[in-house]
Amino acid sequence: MEQILANGIYLGSQYAMIALGLTLIFALMNVLNFAHGQMYVIGGFVTYTFYGQWGVPFVLALVMSCVTLAILGALIEKFLFAPVIKGSAREESTMLLAAGIAFFLDAVILLVFGEKQRGVPKIVDGVFNWDFRIIMPYDRILICVLAILSIVAFIGLMQYTKTGRALRALAQDRTAAQLMGVNVDRYSMIGFALGAMLAGLVGGLLVTITGVNLGMGGPTSIKAFMMVMIGGAGVISGAIWGGIILGFMEAIGLALLYQYGDITYLLIFVSLMIFLAIRPQGLMGKPWG
Amino acid sequence: MQRRPLMKAALMAATLTAFGATAAFAENPVLKIGFVGVTSGPAAAWGISNQRSMEARADWINETGGYTIGDTTYDIEIVSFDDQKDPKRAIAGMEKMAQEGIHYVVGPNVDDGAAAVRPVAESSGIMYFPYAFPKSLYQAPASNAVLGMVANYQSGPAIYEYLMQEKGVKTVAFIAANESDPLSQRDGGVEAAKALGLEVVSDNVTYQVDTTDFTPVLTPVMRSRPDLLVLSGVSPANAPQLIRSARELGFQGIISTETAQDAGVLAEGAGDLANGFISVGGASTPELASPMMNEFVDRYTKMFGEYNDESNTKVYALEYILETLKADPSAIDNVDAFKAKMDTFEAPNPYMNGDAKLRYVGMTSFGQKRQVAVPLVVNVYQDGVFETLFVAEVD
Repeated sequence: MEQILANGIYLGSQYAMIALGLTLIFALMNVLNFAHGQMYVIGGFVTYTFYGQWGVPFVLALVMSCVTLAILGALIEKFLFAPVIKGSAREESTMLLAAGIAFFLDAVILLVFGEKQRGVPKIVDGVFNWDFRIIMPYDRILICVLAILSIVAFIGLMQYTKTGRALRALAQDRTAAQLMGVNVDRYSMIGFALGAMLAGLVGGLLVTITGVNLGMGGPTSIKAFMMVMIGGAGVISGAIWGGIILGFMEAIGLALLYQYGDITYLLIFVSLMIFLAIRPQGLMGKPWG
Repeated sequence: MQRRPLMKAALMAATLTAFGATAAFAENPVLKIGFVGVTSGPAAAWGISNQRSMEARADWINETGGYTIGDTTYDIEIVSFDDQKDPKRAIAGMEKMAQEGIHYVVGPNVDDGAAAVRPVAESSGIMYFPYAFPKSLYQAPASNAVLGMVANYQSGPAIYEYLMQEKGVKTVAFIAANESDPLSQRDGGVEAAKALGLEVVSDNVTYQVDTTDFTPVLTPVMRSRPDLLVLSGVSPANAPQLIRSARELGFQGIISTETAQDAGVLAEGAGDLANGFISVGGASTPELASPMMNEFVDRYTKMFGEYNDESNTKVYALEYILETLKADPSAIDNVDAFKAKMDTFEAPNPYMNGDAKLRYVGMTSFGQKRQVAVPLVVNVYQDGVFETLFVAEVD
C-alpha cells in the first residue's frame, strides 16, 4: 500500500504539471492545443542537448527548455493562433491548426533530434528503500518535489502577480477584461508562452527519468486531455486534481490488477466515460463553460 | 537592347542543363526496390535502420557504376513508405509499391503489418522481406514473404539454454508490451522456456506501448524474484527504461531480450545499469565483419551521422534481392522465377570473412526456404558497447 501511495504521488505530480499548461491555454483562448505533447517532447530534447550532450548544469538546461518553449509558444500564438482566432469564429479552425502544428513539430523533431530514444545521466544516484515497503530512486523523489514546487510557484504566479490577475481575468471573460484595460493580445501571447513553457519544464524534468523520443508527443497529449476532462477544462485546480486522480488510478490499477493483464487503462477509460456521462463538465468545471 | 541575347543564352543554358540532367539519369535504367516499415514513433529505430541501410547500400552501388543483372546495369532507387506501425498504413504502402511497379519490398517491421500486407503482395506479384515472426507468413501456402532476420523462436531457446548452462538460471519472468508482436514473442518465449525445463514465475504482466514510467509496472514482477527477466519484443525506446526501473527496484538477476537493441540508446537511458543486458545483435561481429561490411559501416556513418548495430542485419535484405536477381535475371519482373531460384540460390557472402554464403534457409521452422541466412549473434552490453556472447546459425 505504501508503494502504491508513493507511485501515485509521483505519477500524479508529473501528470498535473503536464495538464496545467494545456488547461491554461484552453482557459485563455478556448484552444485545444493538440501540439502540447510535442512541446513537452521538445522540452525534453532541449534539456537532453544541453545537459546530456553539452554537459551544461541540469538547472541551466532546464531553464533553456523553459525559455525555448516560451519563445516557441509566443511565436506560435502571435503568428498562427492569433490571426486564425481573429479571422475565423469556428472553433474547428484552431483545432485543425493545433493538429497541423503537432504534425509539423513531429517532423521538425525527427529532423533535428532524430528517431532514437534519448536519455541523460541521472541527476541523483541511489535508491530510497524503506524495508522494501517503499522503493523509490532519489532522482524520482527530487523530480516529484520539483514538480510540486513548480505547481505551487505557478499557482502563486496566477494568484499574486499582475500578470496572473490579468490572465485570470482573460480566462473569466475576455471582453470584460478588455474593457477593464487588459491588453488582450499581449496577455494571450504571454499565456500561451506560459503554457508552452510549462510543457517544456515538465519535459526537461522528466527526461532525467523517462528519457525522450519522437513518439512520446501524441500519447502525452492524450493523457493531458484525459486529465483536463477529469478535472474540468480550463480550470487550473481541475487540471491538478485530474493529474493526481489519473496518477493514483494508474498506480492502484498496475499494482492490484496486474494478474489480469493490461486492463488498467481499459478500466480508466471506462470510468472516464461513465464519469463524463454523469458530469460532463468534469470535477471543477462549470456546466456553462 | 541587350535583353533578347541574354534571354536566348538563359534559354540555351536551361535547355542544356535539362538535357544534361536527363542524360545523366538516362545513363542506367533504374531498378526500384521498396521499403514499407515503421520510421516514426517508439519503434522508429527498427525501420529507420532498414531504410538507411538500403539507402546507404544503394548510394554505394550507384556511385560505383550501378548493379549489373543479366546484360543490363541498373541504378538502384529505394522507394520508402512509413507505415507508422499501423497495419492499415502498411497496406497503403504496399499498394503504393504495386502502383509503382515494384516487385521487391523490404519490410514491414512488425507482425500485424506483415500479416496485413500479405494479400496485396500476393495479388500484386510482390516478394517482401518482413522482420516479423508469425510462422504462417513463411509456411505454405504462403510463399511471397521471406523472413529478413532470425526469429525469436530461433534465438530465444538458444539464449535460455546458454544461460541455464553457463549461469545456472532456473526461473524466468516475462514482461511484454500490450500489442501483437511483443505478446506473441512472449508466448513463444514462455513455451520455449517451459520446454527447456525453466520455471516460469511470471508471464502475465504487460504494459501500454506509450508507458514512460515502468516502476509501477515492474513492481509485481520483481516480487516473483526470477533469475532471468525477459523483455519480450521490447522496442529500443523502452528497453533502457525497463532495465533502469528493474535495477532500481533491486533486481540483480539477468535481463535479456530477443529483439535487437542500440548500444548508444542503452548507454544514455540506463548507463551502467544496462551492463550485462543480453540481446540479439546485428548479424556481425568484429571477427566476422569483412572489409566490405566495414566500408558499409563507414559509409552509413558518414551519410547519417551515427551507426546502428542492427544495420549489420538490415544490410542483408537488399543484397539478397539483388544477388538472387543476378542469379536469375528473368526474376526482375517475375516473382515466380525468384521463388524457384531461392531453392538453389547460393552466392558468396560479401559481409562476412571466410567462405560464408548467402543462401535461403528456413526448412526446419517453415518447411520451405523463406528466410535469409544471417548469423545469430547474441550480445551482452558492457560499458557502452556490445560484446559478443556467442554466435550460432539457424537451420
